[in-house]
Amino acid sequence: MVEVNEKIAIEHGLKSDEYKKICDLLKRTPNITELGVFSAMWNEHCSYKSSRRHLKKLHTKGEQVIQGPGENAGVVDIGDNDAIVFKIESHNHPSFIEPYQGAATGVGGIMRDVFTMGARPIANLNSIHFGSPDHEKTRNLLRGVVKGIGGYGNCIGVPTIAGQTCFDESYNGNILVNAMTLGLVNKNKIFYSKAAGINKPVIYVGSKTGRDGIHGASMASAIFDDKIEEKKPTVQVGDPFTEKLLLEACLELMAGKSIISIQDMGAAGLTSSSIEMASKGDLGIEIDLTKVPCREENMTPYEIMLSESQERMLIVLEEGKENEAKKIFDKWNLDFAVIGKTTNSKNIELFFKNEKVAEIPIDFLAENAPMYDRKWIKAKLSKENNFSKEQFKSLKLGDCLKKILIDPNVADKEWIWDQYDHTVMGDTIQKPGGNAGVVRVHGTNKAVAASIDSSATYCHAHPLTGGKQVVCESWRNMISVGAKPIAITNCLNFGNPEKEKNMGEFVECVEGITEASKYLNYPVVSGNVSFYNETKDKGIKPTPSIGGIGLLSNYKEMMTMELKNEGNYLIVIGKTEGHLDQTIFARNILSEFNGPPPEVNLFNEKQNGMSVLSLKNKNLIETCHDVSLGGILTAISKMSIKSGKGVKLFPLEGLVNKFEYFFGEDQGRYIIEIKPENLENVENMLKKDSIHFDRVGLVEGNKITLENDIKLSIDDIKEDYKKWLKEYMVN
Amino acid sequence: MKSSVIIFPGSNCDRDMDVALKKFGFENQMVWHNDAKIPKSDLIVLPGGFSYGDYLRCGSIAGKSRIIKSVIDFANSGGLVLGICNGFQILTETGLLPGILQQNKYLNFICKNVFVKIKNKENKYFKKIKKEVLELHIAHNEGNYFCSNDELKSIEDNGQIAVTYCDHKGNDDEKNNPNGALKNIAGIFNKNKNILGMMPHPERMIDPFLSGEDGSLFFENLIESL
Repeated sequence: MVEVNEKIAIEHGLKSDEYKKICDLLKRTPNITELGVFSAMWNEHCSYKSSRRHLKKLHTKGEQVIQGPGENAGVVDIGDNDAIVFKIESHNHPSFIEPYQGAATGVGGIMRDVFTMGARPIANLNSIHFGSPDHEKTRNLLRGVVKGIGGYGNCIGVPTIAGQTCFDESYNGNILVNAMTLGLVNKNKIFYSKAAGINKPVIYVGSKTGRDGIHGASMASAIFDDKIEEKKPTVQVGDPFTEKLLLEACLELMAGKSIISIQDMGAAGLTSSSIEMASKGDLGIEIDLTKVPCREENMTPYEIMLSESQERMLIVLEEGKENEAKKIFDKWNLDFAVIGKTTNSKNIELFFKNEKVAEIPIDFLAENAPMYDRKWIKAKLSKENNFSKEQFKSLKLGDCLKKILIDPNVADKEWIWDQYDHTVMGDTIQKPGGNAGVVRVHGTNKAVAASIDSSATYCHAHPLTGGKQVVCESWRNMISVGAKPIAITNCLNFGNPEKEKNMGEFVECVEGITEASKYLNYPVVSGNVSFYNETKDKGIKPTPSIGGIGLLSNYKEMMTMELKNEGNYLIVIGKTEGHLDQTIFARNILSEFNGPPPEVNLFNEKQNGMSVLSLKNKNLIETCHDVSLGGILTAISKMSIKSGKGVKLFPLEGLVNKFEYFFGEDQGRYIIEIKPENLENVENMLKKDSIHFDRVGLVEGNKITLENDIKLSIDDIKEDYKKWLKEYMVN
Repeated sequence: MKSSVIIFPGSNCDRDMDVALKKFGFENQMVWHNDAKIPKSDLIVLPGGFSYGDYLRCGSIAGKSRIIKSVIDFANSGGLVLGICNGFQILTETGLLPGILQQNKYLNFICKNVFVKIKNKENKYFKKIKKEVLELHIAHNEGNYFCSNDELKSIEDNGQIAVTYCDHKGNDDEKNNPNGALKNIAGIFNKNKNILGMMPHPERMIDPFLSGEDGSLFFENLIESL
């Protein structure tokens, strides 16, 4: 057996003072298995040691919240005993090393988190970030990640209903793959990970354990260097077929009453699942590793405990229910083994070939895990740019629009979502490419909307504002389909927390998220933190991804963004100040990368959103789309492209700068389509509520026109908008 | 009318098919792959999905499963057998339908609405459908139909081509071929036209709020024709 010392501990990703703490706690030197267990539980990915004290500040309570952060996933009430279980998770590090398997197992892992709670997954979403399109790795990483996400989700038969793809050079060495799943559960049949009672059988089900993924969680807690390719063996290999069987078998078992608690084996595999169940139940746990079904020969206790082989679950059963449960897993051809029991020792005790190979008090691993108060610095709000008239002089609105529509961050992503099955299960009523994905709650009139957003550019420019903005954007997406926003899940992707600037970005983004979610009553119910997205001293831009969900009580009242009828008016809700700094226009057209992001005014955000919902409830809105990247003109163009209908824009009054008006990214705005006969009524209602609005145009013909400034055929801009990614991928 | 949907491990369109069949009046039952017999049925459906993970080759393991012998006996006695997507792949693996389904020409999974042209209405599957072109939905990675020249001649001579990919006007040329299928073939019959295999999913098009409603025409005709 390997002799443990400080050097070996450091190779396991522990710091020397952490190793010293382990020896002090145990009052002896740990053996190699024990060291492995400590390193798995104490790494950043599992212990949240840098983030925990800040995450406590998140706004997590709400009327509809059944379960907030701390479980496998969050749960919210959607009425009639139905509840939605949902969560987002990152799989950034493995996806960079092995894009197909990294992304695939990311999807598999998050679905397992959801069905572990007794919910049948009903929708998947993802947010993926890549380096610059010019970077040599981008194309292959994108292809591999998309194939991996599709390969896994399509096979399970859960529709991928929405997502987001971004390109920025800060991801050249660290791509982001964030996967989110929603599941539907009866609110009285939710399963939790907290074990209860002693001498209860501990059951292992699912795939066999192999040597894949050993130290995956530690790898995800480290920065990358030149030798990153060597880490390939730490990437797990996914088997969606087995996951599908596991899903059906678990749901079948859950229909009965034999499960006390259940936990999937995700990051740090058997180690973290067994310890979490025991820790939450304030119990001990005893496991005989000889009984764990293994795929490879001569696996050691160390390897068995640290393997991250996929598609495995740990279950604490009621005594005497073993045979009943085994029958179900036999039917689905899955491994089933009683590997241990709960105890009152409050220790984790591991046996192998009749010998005790590890014994650690569970407190040491969970509650006593290190927690750091890392140093951080506050970001300054940079000065606004004063764009001169000269800079706009040579520009034409139409040309700028055309350029923006083929910007990689704006251009159509059909090439991606055509590869995801988005219609299986027969309830997808809004597909990818809209304001948000929407699925019906099977067999009811209800529907759930979901979207995923991030805005690293704004967060990079000013983390506090960016954190607020991304929550608001998610909220707006819900409103835009006519859903009442309910709750969010967040995936916090950041650089190295040991650097004050990166830590500051994290702290301030979390603060922004908290402020906005509190104000909008849009609580965070689950999430995940991914630090150390850094390669050779270069970190990513701060990228919190927000997955939001909302509820439509009647799916037939869902709004879409396609323009409906000739002669209808388009109204912009919310005030357009013409903020250009940090916009796609500033970056793409003016090559200006500095300045503050658009300001977020939570009061206006809420008022504007609520007024849209109230107009929708009175059936006064034909179409709705939120204004985001690229401003009003980009938003209108997308509405036109989707419907093939043109828009006649009205001339602007006064001395407004057209570029600022049409491309500014001021927050809290929507474009709505109104029938002429409802126009007066709508405008009166908006005036009464003191909501700022502009009449911006009319649905007309098959061109976008503005006096002598713009004349663009929808067919032409559609072709450009649709072809960028397809051409990029074949080149 | 009684229908049976076979569930293989890895099937994932079984529920969608059950919903569709019931919506249009079938008394549907679900049958487990490991059962020895299929209950009395007027129609057997092999649903879409990834039976046995589609490992080895799409549909190949399902083609050797315990239940499949009953499906073959039922088909050979003239019973109606419908295979959608993975079900189509399984039918070619059993030899009930000629040809094979290869990986899509552009090597990607494709999920989107397509138009198909009905090539033969002298059968129970399409008899009373008034339209010539249907808008259906595909979602597959291996839908690129292929067969030998002799087989092609024989299926053409016998009117076994059921539906071909086309545009909304019914042009079934190479431009409107999403996956590289030979002659744009999206679905074929056996000689007797009691077995139909097709890649498009009619069960995903039965509601105006979904991708469209032409799938309803398919099921309405089916229940009327039986």
